[in-house]
Amino acid sequence: MNPFSYARASDVADAIRQIAADPAARFVAGGTNLIDLMKYDVEHPARLIDISQLPLKSIEETPEGGLLIGAMVPNSDLAYHPLIEQRYPLLASAILAGASQQLRNMASTGGNLLQRTRCFYFYDVVTPCNKRKPGSGCSAISGVNRINAILGTSDACIATHPSDMCVALAALDARVHVAGPGGARTVAFPDFHRLPGATPERDTNLESDEIITGIEIPAKGFNANYSYLKIRDRLSYAFALVSVAAALELEGDTIKEARLALGGVAHKPWRDPAAEAAMRGQHAGESAFTKAADLLLQGAQGYGHNNFKIGLARRAIVRTLSQAARGMPQSQSVKKIR
Amino acid sequence: MASYIGTATSRVDGRAKVTGEAKYAGEFNLPGLVYGQVVGSTIAKGRISLVDTSEAMRVRGVIDILTHQHRPEMADSDDAYKDDTAPEKGSPYRPLYDDRILFCGQPVAVVLAEDWETARFAASLVRVEYQREAHVTDLHAQRGEAFAVEKPEKPRGNAEKAFAAADVRHEAEYFIPTEHHNPMELFGSTAMWEDDKLTVYDKTQGVQNVQRYLCGVFDLKPDAVRVLSPYMGGGFGAALRPQYQVVLAVLAARAVQRPVRVVLTREQMYALGYRPATIERLALGARSGGTLDAIMHEAIAVTSQFEEFSRNDTGWADLLYTSPNTKFVHKLARLDVPTSSDMRAPGAATGVYALECAMDELAIALKIDPVQLRLQCYSDRDQNTGLPYSSKQLRECYGQGSAAFGWEKRNPEPRSMRDDHELVGWGMATGVWEALQMPAAVRIVLTANGHAEVATAASDIGTGTYTIMAQVAADMLGLPIDNISVKLGDSSLPQSPLEGGSWIAASVCNAIATTAHAVRKELLRLAKRMKDSPLAGAAADDVTLADGKIVSTKDPGQAASIASVMQHGKVERIEREESNTFTEDKLHARNAHSAVFAEVKVDEELGVIRVTRVVNAVAAGRILNLKTARSQIMGSVVWGIGMALHEETLYDHHFGRVMNANIAEYHVPVNADVHDIEVIFVDEPDETINPLGIKGLGEIGIVGVAAAIANAVYHATGKRVRDLPITLDKVIQFE
Ligand SMILES: Cc1cc2nc3c(=O)[nH]c(=O)nc-3n(C[C@H](O)[C@H](O)[C@H](O)COP(=O)(O)OP(=O)(O)OC[C@H]3O[C@@H](n4cnc5c(N)ncnc54)[C@H](O)[C@@H]3O)c2cc1C
Ligand code: SF4
Repeated sequence: MNPFSYARASDVADAIRQIAADPAARFVAGGTNLIDLMKYDVEHPARLIDISQLPLKSIEETPEGGLLIGAMVPNSDLAYHPLIEQRYPLLASAILAGASQQLRNMASTGGNLLQRTRCFYFYDVVTPCNKRKPGSGCSAISGVNRINAILGTSDACIATHPSDMCVALAALDARVHVAGPGGARTVAFPDFHRLPGATPERDTNLESDEIITGIEIPAKGFNANYSYLKIRDRLSYAFALVSVAAALELEGDTIKEARLALGGVAHKPWRDPAAEAAMRGQHAGESAFTKAADLLLQGAQGYGHNNFKIGLARRAIVRTLSQAARGMPQSQSVKKIR
Repeated sequence: MASYIGTATSRVDGRAKVTGEAKYAGEFNLPGLVYGQVVGSTIAKGRISLVDTSEAMRVRGVIDILTHQHRPEMADSDDAYKDDTAPEKGSPYRPLYDDRILFCGQPVAVVLAEDWETARFAASLVRVEYQREAHVTDLHAQRGEAFAVEKPEKPRGNAEKAFAAADVRHEAEYFIPTEHHNPMELFGSTAMWEDDKLTVYDKTQGVQNVQRYLCGVFDLKPDAVRVLSPYMGGGFGAALRPQYQVVLAVLAARAVQRPVRVVLTREQMYALGYRPATIERLALGARSGGTLDAIMHEAIAVTSQFEEFSRNDTGWADLLYTSPNTKFVHKLARLDVPTSSDMRAPGAATGVYALECAMDELAIALKIDPVQLRLQCYSDRDQNTGLPYSSKQLRECYGQGSAAFGWEKRNPEPRSMRDDHELVGWGMATGVWEALQMPAAVRIVLTANGHAEVATAASDIGTGTYTIMAQVAADMLGLPIDNISVKLGDSSLPQSPLEGGSWIAASVCNAIATTAHAVRKELLRLAKRMKDSPLAGAAADDVTLADGKIVSTKDPGQAASIASVMQHGKVERIEREESNTFTEDKLHARNAHSAVFAEVKVDEELGVIRVTRVVNAVAAGRILNLKTARSQIMGSVVWGIGMALHEETLYDHHFGRVMNANIAEYHVPVNADVHDIEVIFVDEPDETINPLGIKGLGEIGIVGVAAAIANAVYHATGKRVRDLPITLDKVIQFE
């Protein structure tokens, strides 16, 4: 860990001013990821700009009937907020599937989006890693890659985005509100995180002098038929091998609308409109679910240790959709899979 | 008598621990303390060609940086570095000794600074260049080079021939990956020189072992070195050998002439000892009725290039099952890694895992209930030595364990039991461990106010040694437990063995008994000098200490209070130091036993495994404290769940590095992985093993747990997974 200076941002404008003035500065919110990365010598910010006290801690209803969640709302507060529990239980469930209570108390909504991959080599500064050191090579492709990606990978990087919350946000069509020296803008969720391509060092399309101010979720919450299922190597407090966010709007047994997103398998939450479209108008049952799984997993490729993820994801998708259809969402406290 | 022994007494050090009053090795803030940060090698094998400390030295607050080229003198013979638990063969690792790199993470420099943050930052600026050599860290790649080590068990009969001729045969290979101890407390040492005297606070399971070791490494007289380890946040065998940070702290304190603390990072603890990855090959030959004719067990375990660490993986079968023909072979394969080490039930946790899975597979082949098979093969003697057991209530363990579990309701057919989407599996296994004891001395100082201090150099590594010693002393001295204070973890206290092998309880508690006896004799001598002494005619064996009095056992009315006896005798304190009456009993085999029953539920489609129930029925002699004993077994079962389903040190063999060197990615069970654990202590009086009938409990609880779970997974799914950990992708072939 390197020596660094520390300053608190007084308001959003001040935060932007400070970050724009110093390319070696970083925002710190909950610090649950950034501080770890500093301890591992992966990140060396010369200056930390503490944004945790910014007035971005509220959850407000939007005129369109959705919600605007402040970037500094702690993950726990978000998961247990009555409006989230009632209208967006998929989001609440995904958050509670992640990390531990202590971490969720510290972690912020904005920070969760920007948490970095858990690829073992990314954390081990002794080994080559294109994401950490562009051009050095990818050790995971032929190395220990049980936790790595099967979709959207490149020759340069096969890392995954580890967030659970983001998988639900992707399924819910969230938009990210950001602000920078040039003003504010919103980014649709699929455009926020990037695929690794030839530039795996860039996780997102957020500019280095921009700040996330909030997340907007549209009115549709799918609170009747949804489920978040996370499969991992122990029953809690582990990152997903594969996770699935599923949301259905049913008319009788017929699917009116479907949302389906995967975590733990790609550099971003993995969604494919074709897989969702294929379910529309179909009977909510195994054959539609299997077809959707096949579509969503098209092009999936294993790298040795993680080959099993493809078959696992297929089954997990079908199961999660079935939980959603049955109105029996996966409990995050009782670990028996419904 | 015996009002504390056998009860569920709460920890006497509990308050100190929860209030933070209990200090650990890295928490002694001596004036002028200097902080040391280790720089580890990034390669697994080769030589250091350059250590450039110039940039790091320029950081303000850095005092010095030690390297193999820049450090105080240390010994140059292997003998000097051999601690009490060092493998017999080999050259122990010498920290910061020369330019040779023997394993990844080996310390190559220690940065010393005014504060820890500075030391840590400067450590990242030390530049090291290496001449790399080809390394190997993969046991499977090296198994062909494995060599056999000598074993105590001699082969009996002709196992190969009997196996070939058997009615029913089972032969298979099992695998246990490398596992690290991960005690909660990081390894740390604080060292201070005052004139020529050295004081060290160290995380260790044996203060006197570290004392002797430091005397060797720094050529010091024993009375010049004092090592303290009053409390420990978990040892599990990791702290049996002195670890390198203690040498570095002492070296550094000498170099900078100030007290120095060196605490390792979690990641650096993966460059210490570990449970060696082991390949276990079992071959069992049986008669169709269900008795064994042949047992062959061969193990290939990891050791380093420079030492031969081995523990008994094979041979346990001879303690459990009768078979006229047996053959046990233990091999070692050398890898470019640190020397492997003891970890809770070393040898047995791994070897019995393989044996008990193999017995399950044999039972299936024979179409016999697994418990029934074990009863049919039950041995009342150690087959190898022919000796009967001092006690062996294993039959009762099977009985009480299976009754509590409800084993008779088991449908033997795999995949026959289910609960919704989950397949239910019931499995069982036997556990066995040694019941050892070592010479130990205890000092008791009884003061006239009815308080006693009980002291020995042993460590309480978190198991409850303080508490059981207080209980035993309270009973032996007839005092309330609150009047007993126990002192441990100081090399200047009476001699004690290392805390390991589950032998501390038996060793030190029996030493309390002998010392208390000496105190009682002295009290009687004083009592007899009292005018009209009620105990005038009593012989030493006719009195006991109870309720603060010395009492005639023949006539309890004849008694005198300890206070009055001491007052009359004009003594303020009675001090005695005695050793236990430890003698090698050559007529009995001495072991602790258990029967473990496990229920798993496995999601049929996704392979997710939940261990929903474990019953562990243990026969381990006299149970001194039901509460701490139960905790030992529960903790062991939790670890067994981890061994079965989670634990694995992941190496990248290309780099020769551990990739999951942190407790986020090195998985151990969390609360969600642990459900009902029932611990049963089977009554097992043992009159020959030692005066108090103690066997020890630190290790037996883990033995057999992983096998019971693996057998349950098979019963649930019909899929036999022999490679640990049993992850979902091994249970289901995801296409
Ligand atoms: C042991 C462990 C287990 C975990 N398990 C899980 C899990 O199972 N599932 C899961 O989803 N997550 C898990 N997490 C990750 C956790 O969710 C993230 O660390 C957390 O969400 C990050 O939020 P933070 O506020 O602490 O971010 P910080 O660490 O403060 O920041 C992370 C990054 O985001 C930037 N940043 C933060 N806020 C903003 C903003 N508003 N605008 C612009 N940039 C910003 C920072 O500069 C930094 O680069 C785990 C973490 C740990 C340590
Ligand atoms: S997968 Fe990406 S993060 Fe992992 S080693 Fe390769 S480049 Fe680095």
